[in-house]
Amino acid sequence: MARRQKKTDVVIVGLGWTGSILGIELANAGLKVLALERGADRDMIQNLAYPKMIDELKYGVRHGLMLRPADSTVTIRHSLRDTALPYRSLGSFLPGNGVGGAGVHWNGHTWRALPEELRLKTYVLEKFGASVIPAGMTIEDWGVTYEELEPHFERFEYVCGISGRAGNLGGSTQAGGNPFEGPRKRDYPLPPLPTLLNGKIFGDAAKAMGYHPFPLPAANLSDAYTNEYGMQLGPCNFCGFCERFGCIGYSKSSPQTCILGALKRKSNFSYQTRSEVLRVELASDRRTATGVTYIDEKGEEIFQPADLVILAAYQFHNVHLLLLSGIGRPYVAETGEGVVGKNYAYQMTGGTSLFFKDLNFNPFVGAGSSAMVIDNFSVGQIDFGKEGFIGGSYISSGQFNGQPIRSMALPSGTPTWGAGWKKGIRDWYGHSMSIGSHGSNMSYRDCYLDLDPTYRNKHGQPMLRMTFDWKPNDIRMTQFMRSKVESIAKFLNPTSWVSGYKGDSSHYDVRPYQTTHTVGGAIMGIDPTKSAVNRYLQTWDVHNVFVMGASAFPQNLQYNPTGTVGALAYWSAHAIKHDYLRNPRPLA
Amino acid sequence: MSHAFLDGYKPLYFSTTEWAFIRAACARLIPSEGEGPGALEARVPVFIDTQMAGDFGKASDWYMLGPHEPGANPLLGFQSPLTPAQIYRQSIALVDEWCTEQKGKAFAELGPDLQDEVLRDLQARKMPLKAELRDFFVLLLQNTKEGYFADPIYGGNYRMAAWKYIGFPGARGAYLEWANDKGAPYPLGPVSISGDRG
Repeated sequence: MARRQKKTDVVIVGLGWTGSILGIELANAGLKVLALERGADRDMIQNLAYPKMIDELKYGVRHGLMLRPADSTVTIRHSLRDTALPYRSLGSFLPGNGVGGAGVHWNGHTWRALPEELRLKTYVLEKFGASVIPAGMTIEDWGVTYEELEPHFERFEYVCGISGRAGNLGGSTQAGGNPFEGPRKRDYPLPPLPTLLNGKIFGDAAKAMGYHPFPLPAANLSDAYTNEYGMQLGPCNFCGFCERFGCIGYSKSSPQTCILGALKRKSNFSYQTRSEVLRVELASDRRTATGVTYIDEKGEEIFQPADLVILAAYQFHNVHLLLLSGIGRPYVAETGEGVVGKNYAYQMTGGTSLFFKDLNFNPFVGAGSSAMVIDNFSVGQIDFGKEGFIGGSYISSGQFNGQPIRSMALPSGTPTWGAGWKKGIRDWYGHSMSIGSHGSNMSYRDCYLDLDPTYRNKHGQPMLRMTFDWKPNDIRMTQFMRSKVESIAKFLNPTSWVSGYKGDSSHYDVRPYQTTHTVGGAIMGIDPTKSAVNRYLQTWDVHNVFVMGASAFPQNLQYNPTGTVGALAYWSAHAIKHDYLRNPRPLA
Repeated sequence: MSHAFLDGYKPLYFSTTEWAFIRAACARLIPSEGEGPGALEARVPVFIDTQMAGDFGKASDWYMLGPHEPGANPLLGFQSPLTPAQIYRQSIALVDEWCTEQKGKAFAELGPDLQDEVLRDLQARKMPLKAELRDFFVLLLQNTKEGYFADPIYGGNYRMAAWKYIGFPGARGAYLEWANDKGAPYPLGPVSISGDRG
């Protein structure tokens, strides 16, 4: 029998971006809030400081800030016919761990979803007709519109202090910004980061080709900034250790730098680390949750009663907890029925490396989001009927780091070892840049999450099982983008270039890093038979459980998810504060 | 070139014959000839030995419980029941045995051309290694490059020689005045986490 703790108003599972946002919003509303974080504490001074953080091997290669598969992992298979096997060592995606979550070690690309993306199914049906949707594709509308989310996108951008340039202010196109973005009421809080050489020549080429280059919206600050919570940040010094690392300079927006310093000072907020939630406990009528059961650092099982439960873990951990707790009907791929685990999606990326023997790029000079971008081939700009796919991508040239173990692009034909490799690294380190395509991934009936029949985690619970593979629609999308990227590469006339994109024979490979932008499994929507949470991220069946994060995405965006995840968290927090708390009930 | 340090080094993990194999293999993967340090000058074997004796060699961070299917589709990633340290140990023994049978000498005793041939066969999976060991060459090559480029606190990249060779400034961690589109070469040498300057 688990020991019972004193009741709290709100328990939050996971103290990353969304846990911190819900934490401060609900604590500011006067509620007593407890956050349970399964990983370690991560303090800017104690844990993330210079020079120890500037260690490519420890953090970049050995994943020192990530969740260890030994502690928690998933099993993966390509299709319903296969046996899933554990993701034993990290590769394709890197779940965060500890206070701040992935918000500690992200690169800081901060996008808004496009208006079209948030109502994708309706957009496709209205503009192109049902015939363009391939059999087995299960895309949906999100149930919330861009107009409704706009103030919350802005709020998150202003909490972070995003550096960027607006392209669409209230419907009026702004030179130098992204003309294809949804309308925004205000410009970004800070001007863009300085442009590096790769961004300059990419932007010049793009402009000459008739495209509309703009600086990537960055959670790396271009100037000193104080946000609404009184948190102070300083300008990024381009140290080149951003993604996979904590920021040594209070210059990357993170839960620590933007929220937690203020939140920790509030007497009605507390948090516990090394406390792993095993399940949400339900009342006997299963209409409400009574709290959560967790294991603390000593291995003791503890019941924490709460009036409100916020799941704010990483995308697939939210889904895992819903399945383990019996909240919502589990999705069954064979019948297409059920909702929890449905519509798992990933992200389709590809890239081209360009080599210039006479240019110095100084690749070690980098911010996590120092990039120039074009959005001319975004979801809202492509004729899906003509091109034969649904989706889109942003194309960019970024320079984020020059760490030599991992960032060593070499021309085609260079040996992977021996004298030829040794000569190659000398000739080409510092003389290459890349152009990447960062694209959407649609959802499909047979790409989903459920409980594994064989493998168990260290607590004896069934592991989460991922069934996923690449589909022809998304491969056509990335091949389309390849043709666009390569035309820009040719325009730049490099000494040589080499491309890497998924092709017709590509299957999902869990070994090379691709992206941690996993989405879906607890998708939002307006129909309880098709979604796990309603438009306010409240579970349909258990009204005092809300589920944050990218698990709510019904299919993946073409963008990095954090801007939209942040906006959804503020949107949900607003509904809880201004509606739910007065009269706790299903909000939709 | 003298490798007195490596000669005097007492491995934490590897046996004498394994150590000879590691030194010989590293010397071919990043040779000493030509411009820049080879793996031996960079003391890469020390790095690999230290890694095998530590958390990486023990797969401390990895999920290692069964059931295991080491012969599964490689796209599903590492599936061996063996730790990296065990994979090195068993693979080195098998490669040496194979070299002795096929070429008359252990790997470390072969000439450079034959060593290269053996490494190429390993990389191309032409060597009869069982499924549990199929990641050996990938690990060996990856760990060799890690030792070449990681901060010197891990035992390789001696005197930051690999960083100086390619022009990586190490742990300087501050480039704001270089954040521009001018493309001028960066003039300063590296610093390490320990504060050494190169």
